[in-house]
Amino acid sequence: MATTLERQLPIGQTAKPRFSRLSDRWLAGLFLTPTMLLLLFITIFPLIWSLFLSFNEWSVTRNALNAPIWIGTQNYAELLSDTRIGERTWERFIVTGQFVVPAVTIELLLGFGVAVLLNRKFRGRAIFMTVLLIPMMLSPVVVALFWRFMMQGEGILNYMATNWLNIGSIGWLTDRNTVIISLIIVDVWMWTPFMMLISLAGLSAVPKYLYEAAAVDRASGWFRFRHITLPMITPLLLIAIIFRTIDAYKLFDLAFVLLGSQGGPGRAGQTAALWVYEVAFSNFDTGMGSALGYIMLIVIIALANVFIRVLNAFKGEGAAA
Amino acid sequence: MNRKQPVWQRVLFWVVLGIVMIFFTFPMYWILSSSFKTRADVTSRVPLLIPYANFQPTMNNYLEILTDEPIESAAGAQSSGSRGEFRNRLINSIIITTLSTVLAVGLGTLAAYAISRFRIPGESDLMFFILSTRMLPPIVVLIPIFLFFSNLGLKDSFLGLTILYTTANLPFVVWMMKGFFYEIPVEYEEAAMLDGYSRLQAIYKIVLPECIPAMAATGVFSAITAWNEFVLSNLLNRDNASTVPPYLNSIVGVGAVEWGRLAAATVIFVIPIIIFTYLVRNHLLRGVTFGAVRR
Repeated sequence: MATTLERQLPIGQTAKPRFSRLSDRWLAGLFLTPTMLLLLFITIFPLIWSLFLSFNEWSVTRNALNAPIWIGTQNYAELLSDTRIGERTWERFIVTGQFVVPAVTIELLLGFGVAVLLNRKFRGRAIFMTVLLIPMMLSPVVVALFWRFMMQGEGILNYMATNWLNIGSIGWLTDRNTVIISLIIVDVWMWTPFMMLISLAGLSAVPKYLYEAAAVDRASGWFRFRHITLPMITPLLLIAIIFRTIDAYKLFDLAFVLLGSQGGPGRAGQTAALWVYEVAFSNFDTGMGSALGYIMLIVIIALANVFIRVLNAFKGEGAAA
Repeated sequence: MNRKQPVWQRVLFWVVLGIVMIFFTFPMYWILSSSFKTRADVTSRVPLLIPYANFQPTMNNYLEILTDEPIESAAGAQSSGSRGEFRNRLINSIIITTLSTVLAVGLGTLAAYAISRFRIPGESDLMFFILSTRMLPPIVVLIPIFLFFSNLGLKDSFLGLTILYTTANLPFVVWMMKGFFYEIPVEYEEAAMLDGYSRLQAIYKIVLPECIPAMAATGVFSAITAWNEFVLSNLLNRDNASTVPPYLNSIVGVGAVEWGRLAAATVIFVIPIIIFTYLVRNHLLRGVTFGAVRR
């Protein structure tokens, strides 16, 4: 074999370095470089650029040929003050909260409930599961279109509301009081399966003998749930909540297609992500848009830190118990 | 199910499950059935639920969007979207999804192998960095990428979108494949290398066959992400390289919506996703949590 022959030669005598004789160090570099380069150019470089732009007054369309004008922290100051744009920004973040908190809560409760329902043997279980998982695999654009179709003025939901429930037509996407609720419904439809999937994994991982021991002790169903199931699955559910909260917070495409970039009438459903888009790509206030983007980013980092602390606290408690 | 369970509990179980199923499947059914309706039936004030009983199904919507000629031409009805556009978009979507998936899985697998087998300084920081790019709101990097791509002439190009989708999927591929590599014993390669294989030969002959199924599952998830992506494609592309999701959105934006045609386009667009979901059903948990949760 060629390799074994080569191996017997003194190192210096190989005429040219062969690809197959690359050292592990070289290989590691070779394998990592393309990935790191792409992440550097498409993620890190833009991040730094947008940090720079956030300290400038500049617009891609209006004065693209001029250099950006350095204005220090003025963009941030304006966004955080009680000027018009500052007030709006504050309102956008409140709208985001009004959407994220109920949506994630309902998804968690509903998803867990469905998981409990499915966590037993019955005929057709695999089919039910697969079908229930489809919504989260669909494109947000497609999901938003499904619901726009059903929520339009003459759509099927309003037919049901008037003829079956007798509550009259609802302006799902046109009434400023219901826009957020509609957005929550659509997000719940799409992402409850995610919570269900993770809950189900947690439930099936609880060792059976714990329940058997509890049954011997004639523990009540509630006791079993509170003292066996819940502590076992909480860390997993926390991970699911982290994923969902961060994704819902930065949700863009679903809201954009469902409500438009202004988030429906009177900006009632305009979340922070939609607002950044409007500032950056409708008004083309590039510097201000970058600053807004960074404020969103800082909130995400803060959120993630809080969650990770809670998660670690839980893990510590579990280890101590 | 427990046979000793009282009848009322069993009935309750099926009733609740039925309600849940209706909530989650009805929107899908409604689009599917609408795609087989005529223009008049789609806009009917009274919902027409059951084919053959309530409405006569027709394939016209599918024929219309896949061929250039509008088959059922109602006088005065505005045709949304130019002719044959859906077909072009579909082809664009297929090309860009395929290219970016192959690239992301290829490059990401190499990086994951390096991280899981070689000693890399600051490995955990590196992994955290790779993960953190997922937490980034895309909107933050959107502005510079928009500028960057305008300057380089990468807007509205296959290359531009392929690079973006590849990069967007890389963190996912690295995390997933790293998890899979830890499940393949290092001893396999070490034994092969003791037998005189070089590292590359060992990877090619021993590791690769072992991780093909994992790469396939990871690839399917990456393909789903690329296939479904809307924001970047919508912002950067106009005609040449635009994909299906912005097209679907644009039809709704134009005046009177032809829901029948839109429904047919949506169904065609969604079929691959359903097939993909079925293929990776056993890896779903891993896939949606970045490999953080394993069974």
